[in-house]
Amino acid sequence: MVERRVMEGSHAVAHAVRLCAPDVVSAYPITPQTHIVEKISQFVADGDLKSEYMRVESEFSAMSASVGSSAAGARTFTATASQGLMLMSEVLYNASGLRLPIVMSVANRAMGAPINIWNDHSDSMGVRDAGWIQLYAEDNQEALDMTIQAYKIAENQDVMLPAMVCMDGFILTHTYEPVSIPKKEEVQEFLPEFDPEVKLDPQNPVTLGTVGFPSDYMEIRHEQYQAMENARDIMPDIFKEFEEKFGRKQHSLIEEYKTEDAEIIIVSLGSIMGTIKEAVDELREDGKQVGAIKIKAFRPFPDQELRDALQNTKAVAVLDKNITLGKKGALYTEMKDTLYQAETQPQMTNYIIGLGGRDIPRQSIKNIVKQTKENLNSPQTREVRFVDLKEEK
Amino acid sequence: MTKLREQEDFVSGHRACAGCGLALGARLAMKGVEQDSIATCATGCLEVISTPYPESSWEIPWIHSLFENSASVAAGIEAALKAKGDNKTKVIAQGGDGATVDIGMRGLSGMFERGHDVTYICYDNEAYMNTGIQRSGATPLAASTTTSPPGKQSYGNENTKKDALAIAAAHGVGYVASASIAYPKDVVEKVKKASELDGPSYVQIHVPCPTGWGFKERDTIEIARLAVETALWPVYQMEDGQITNIRKIKDRKPVERYLEKQKRFKHLFKKDNGEKRIKEIQAIADRNAETFELDK
Ligand SMILES: Cc1ncc(C[n+]2csc(CCOP(=O)(O)OP(=O)(O)O)c2C)c(N)n1
Repeated sequence: MVERRVMEGSHAVAHAVRLCAPDVVSAYPITPQTHIVEKISQFVADGDLKSEYMRVESEFSAMSASVGSSAAGARTFTATASQGLMLMSEVLYNASGLRLPIVMSVANRAMGAPINIWNDHSDSMGVRDAGWIQLYAEDNQEALDMTIQAYKIAENQDVMLPAMVCMDGFILTHTYEPVSIPKKEEVQEFLPEFDPEVKLDPQNPVTLGTVGFPSDYMEIRHEQYQAMENARDIMPDIFKEFEEKFGRKQHSLIEEYKTEDAEIIIVSLGSIMGTIKEAVDELREDGKQVGAIKIKAFRPFPDQELRDALQNTKAVAVLDKNITLGKKGALYTEMKDTLYQAETQPQMTNYIIGLGGRDIPRQSIKNIVKQTKENLNSPQTREVRFVDLKEEK
Repeated sequence: MTKLREQEDFVSGHRACAGCGLALGARLAMKGVEQDSIATCATGCLEVISTPYPESSWEIPWIHSLFENSASVAAGIEAALKAKGDNKTKVIAQGGDGATVDIGMRGLSGMFERGHDVTYICYDNEAYMNTGIQRSGATPLAASTTTSPPGKQSYGNENTKKDALAIAAAHGVGYVASASIAYPKDVVEKVKKASELDGPSYVQIHVPCPTGWGFKERDTIEIARLAVETALWPVYQMEDGQITNIRKIKDRKPVERYLEKQKRFKHLFKKDNGEKRIKEIQAIADRNAETFELDK
């Protein structure tokens, strides 16, 4: 029997970590990530997880120690959010450049200033070019499942890249939901022991992190680029294997929701998808042809999947819980790039929503759909709209 | 007499400048580590001279990550070895003075405080040499660097050298030692002792830099020895907070003997009131001599 229990998202992730049994966990607390590393420390204290638990002095060292540990051939876990992710940022590039399959939970939180502990995606979107695989969870079950899948993807010999599993701070981390906890033996079957080809080993000495001169740097970067493309190729297989083993429906790099005949499709990622799906259901009841697409993997970005899924739609509303100042929402700009290659190009509007934990009611989603429909008939539209700004009301 | 291990872990073919004290320091230090070992290295001269892809001067597993995280990466390696049940392999962390006393201090402090079984070796050439001779927290008073040049208003570096050995000792680090490449056997023995100890240890090796300090390549060892003989670089070791060994000085030399041989102090002999600064430097040497009872 699979164990099904009601617990908060942080604890669901901690259970996933327990099941993946990393050799080393390095931890530094930051709201709203803290419960993850606290729960893991309890597992270690109780002997339910046999890991070296490093209570490091900063996120910079949390990621640095992860680099050392992973390079020495140990399965490694860490977690962070917001300012902590930024403090790690220099090391993030090293972890991926050194091809170390570290897995990290990011409990998404807004960036200061002004200081704000609530959810948006400006932290992980800010490091989207660091060479990490990025998965975004819609609910606590997915956060748990994705953590296990992340190790399997990251540790694949053709990938060997670090992966972050992003989950919305508070909305998921602190919210209680029923989750199924897989059996340890089953996870072990799905995720065999980590045994990398290249590691720091006195029996077979290698030099890692050499100076890359202009004569070789591009080739090394190209290999890393290829590794991310390999991840793109193998991920659907891993999702499928997970589905077969654990019986939970997994999708490809995207999940389509009622898109078949939709003339308007909402695209977004993370926990907001729950609200979007509900809004879509209600609009469908009113006879509106509306659908939604969830981006499960932001890195690698699901270009082909999106082109296929958006082929017949008239308009796309992209909801971004982040803003790239001086440009637009990060998801929106990436989608535009993707659809430039498509045969038909739907009209696109970018909605900036829920920054710094601002509430996102179902009605706001419905308003967005209404607005998007109106845009179809009016040639003059603003491409970027901040949703529910006080001044606009 | 101690017989040096024949095995070389840091081998020739690296790209150090002629007369580089750091390359010699690294070679000696590695001779001190007798067990299987894994080494980390901070960004800086040592990393740049020894690992031009696809070549490497390292015979042991070695990793460079960043400028400021040699100690933290080493801590992670140590944790990984522990998790795997390997309590034989030694972990060596290396960094320049900038990587150690400035930018990497937080990670080093954390590594000390958590008690990782890591030997940290600081190669102290008293400035950021890799980026072209800028001042570090280990640069001595009045030394000229590209960011602490003498000028109409200045006599060079305004601060005195940060005492990283005292900082290490304050963490309760079990073995803390200063060494100089002028005394090679001492370097090897100290690193050996440090690496054999369980828990963190710290060795800071004074490694003169002909390029950065401005002296002839053949004079590296002489300059290193003068730093010790003037008491500007006291050579001692501390075990569990107690000084257990000091290199005593017979006929301590005045600091001018050391300063006059280096371009980085040249201005002190030319500028008005330069002698005032030299006196201040002499006072530092006198204080060292007193604190460590260096005079024979
Ligand atoms: C975060 C960061 N800041 C600055 C640098 C540039 N940098 C590289 S090496 C170095 C100085 C190294 O000095 P030190 O540690 O004393 O070693 P040395 O080269 O003198 O042996 C600097 C400033 C860097 N690599 N990373």
